[in-house]
Amino acid sequence: MFWKLRLPLMLTFIVGLVPIVTFFLTERVWGVAFVRDRVEQYMVIITGFALLLGVVNVVQGNIRKIERRKPGWPFAVSLLLGLFVMGAFGILSAARVGPFQSILTAPDGSDTPFYWMTRHLFNPLQAAMFSLLAFYVASAAFRAFRVRNVEATILLTAAFIVMLGRTPLGEYVFSWLPNGETFLPWVTEWIMAVPNAAAQRGIIIGAALGAAALSLRVILGIERSYLGIREK
Amino acid sequence: MSELLGVWLGAFLTLCIFSFLYKDNPFFRFAESLFAGVSLGYYIGIVSTNTLVPNMIRPLTADFSGNAHLLIPLLLGLNLYTRYIPRIAWMARLSLAVYIAYYVGIFMVQKLQGEVVPQVGKTILHPIGGNFTPVDNLIMMVGVLSVLIYFYFSIEHKRAVGVVSRVGIWFLMLGFGAAFGYTVMGRISLLIGRMNYLFIDVVQITSQYL
Repeated sequence: MFWKLRLPLMLTFIVGLVPIVTFFLTERVWGVAFVRDRVEQYMVIITGFALLLGVVNVVQGNIRKIERRKPGWPFAVSLLLGLFVMGAFGILSAARVGPFQSILTAPDGSDTPFYWMTRHLFNPLQAAMFSLLAFYVASAAFRAFRVRNVEATILLTAAFIVMLGRTPLGEYVFSWLPNGETFLPWVTEWIMAVPNAAAQRGIIIGAALGAAALSLRVILGIERSYLGIREK
Repeated sequence: MSELLGVWLGAFLTLCIFSFLYKDNPFFRFAESLFAGVSLGYYIGIVSTNTLVPNMIRPLTADFSGNAHLLIPLLLGLNLYTRYIPRIAWMARLSLAVYIAYYVGIFMVQKLQGEVVPQVGKTILHPIGGNFTPVDNLIMMVGVLSVLIYFYFSIEHKRAVGVVSRVGIWFLMLGFGAAFGYTVMGRISLLIGRMNYLFIDVVQITSQYL
């Protein structure tokens, strides 16, 4: 019980207080700067290991899929191939072995293998995947924006003005008026800067207070789900 | 030559992704799973190069005795992986506790000091003055307060509170609409970038080699 539950909760309380206490104490207080810098450095390293933990999960899941010949298993092979090749290039680049001198360009300006893969595989795939959403966002908007009530009308109008105001067409819509070219872009900017900012600010304040309350629950050991402990 | 190969590979993969516009097909699924794998590989490279090597491996190999304290995060980091050994899986909780607790502490300070205080400060506006007109300032104050009241669930949204929270919903809808429009424009500019890549970059680079 002590090792599996109480010790992790004690560690959570002690380590959780470190950034809070060091925030309120000046560097002149003995040991504050030392503790803060050391803990910061340690956490950066642990974060590195934690991020790689996700990779292990993906590898495990996909190897299992291939072993059991589940539907779509050849795609698991392409996933693992991409992961291992890119990952190996990344590790070799970190170690600066042979042509793998960096994750960016080589000193002579040529592409390192990792950078070549980033430019010609990662970047096109990422941009294409996100740009694909442009089509689906449009069809989703058609379904969602059917004017049914006041709220939907406000949402539709704001979205329409912002989209139109950021295109050259928006400048021509009111061009027949004196200084009409600037009207719609001005309305767009006003929506973004005033009512949109007010809504976003309300959301930010509410979410930040909620996040701070959750942080306090974790530090005080009330919230334990991150340790895999379910409340009865 | 590697540039030519690369640009055609990029074009092929872009077309594989766009083939989903017709319907789900093996080319799309291949590109999708390759993207997932390459993304993870990319993060391995970034984490190794920017985090683990400069903060741990290089200091340890350069001066082991002077940096022996770095074995603490190394052991804590490796301890995270004990979760894969059922008999000692509980040990991962210790590292997880340290890791989560520190970032939760940081998070709390950042949220309160970096978001709540400045955002509240910017909302307490003098009616006349600043970058906006008095009407804008009034709209801003009404908007923030009504949105906050909408998110306040400890009282029932009836009568005056109900009216104010309704105004909050209108502000939220306006914000969501603006954010949606903004996102759509971002996606469309990405699409234009892809079209430029397919119809300009690929053609230009190919013509250099022909």
